[in-house]
Amino acid sequence: MASNEEILSGLGEIVEEVAGVSADEVTEEKSFVDDLDIDSLSMVEIAVQAEDKFGVKIPDDELANLKTVGDAVSYVAKNS
Amino acid sequence: MKLNQTPRVDATRILGFGSYRPERVVTNDDLSAIMDTNDEWIRTRVGIVERRFADKDQTVPDLAVIAGNRALADAGLKPSDIDTVIVATCTMPCGIPNAAAQVSSRIGIENKGAFDLNAACAGFCYSIGTASDLVRAGTARHVLVIGAEKLTDSVDPYDRANAIIFADGSAAAVIGPAEEPGIGPVVWGSAGELVDLIYMREDRYLFQEGQSVFRWATTAIAPIGLQAIEAAGITPADIDVLVPHQANLRIVEAIAKKLRAKGARQDMVVAEDIVTSGNTSSASIPLAIDRMRADGKIRSGDTMLLVGFGAGLSYAGQVVICP
Repeated sequence: MASNEEILSGLGEIVEEVAGVSADEVTEEKSFVDDLDIDSLSMVEIAVQAEDKFGVKIPDDELANLKTVGDAVSYVAKNS
Repeated sequence: MKLNQTPRVDATRILGFGSYRPERVVTNDDLSAIMDTNDEWIRTRVGIVERRFADKDQTVPDLAVIAGNRALADAGLKPSDIDTVIVATCTMPCGIPNAAAQVSSRIGIENKGAFDLNAACAGFCYSIGTASDLVRAGTARHVLVIGAEKLTDSVDPYDRANAIIFADGSAAAVIGPAEEPGIGPVVWGSAGELVDLIYMREDRYLFQEGQSVFRWATTAIAPIGLQAIEAAGITPADIDVLVPHQANLRIVEAIAKKLRAKGARQDMVVAEDIVTSGNTSSASIPLAIDRMRADGKIRSGDTMLLVGFGAGLSYAGQVVICP
């Protein structure tokens, strides 16, 4: 199982590839929508790639609850 | 008792295309004047710059007749050469009457087989597969397939999620016998357990779960395209032109990216007709093809992968050779 640091860094790479936001910007306190300017469809692409990378399921109704990068890290840590 | 069977035909191809775009151009600024949206938001979310809306009094059969006549002319055939008409549509105002019989009659194709086929946005690919098999089985000699949709009647004009996407249009293809196969096997299917993702509400306006549909379209459809390529006995690198249903430019790009990761060429032409046509459901694939032919982006003999997907959920794809 990946550590929180590894999950954060993996998410950073995914966000950079999908949304063109530098991976360094992807820190736990950031809100995907308000701080990183990621729209709902890019969130789906990030979720699909995170599912492959971390071996988790992130259904759309769960995705709606992942407001911050930290929420996503915790979700992956808990469910992978 | 031994019954006669129709003589079979070995191969089929598409003989011609024709399309019709309603006159009225609706820009993103036109829409932001009547609802809370804006040009930048629409371009980044769905990739649409403008779309066409039919007149209030234009019907689905009206749109279909124009495209059908143009496809016949392109194929160099007369109405009397056609013996079956399939109208792919999901926007006839009610189940009775269908569109195909009246369209057939108005084009001058008298007393011939005519039926509508509803597989929503997969309707054109379903219809091409059906038409090709009708010809191969000897049931029909030449089939006119028309995708015709008036989605503006089925979308709440003030619904900012859907009114920016859906539009009107029609386009048609003629299918007939060929010496060499020009239509590969259809790969089709459905996912009825996901029926609640896209449907018409009680007020007869369209509803869709945008995120879930986007996830399905960007993950499930490229594999259908790959299956159609395999069924045709070719490889992804053989595809000259990719024509996915024009649902959303980001879905089109995601499908192209996935196919390129599996060996499709970087110089494969990718249909992006949604930018100026919006989502026209079963008309979107042939509309895109007809535009690319007119613009000289694709040529006769090009190998094209078509893949449609939409409500139902339904999907279908096949490889065809450009006439």
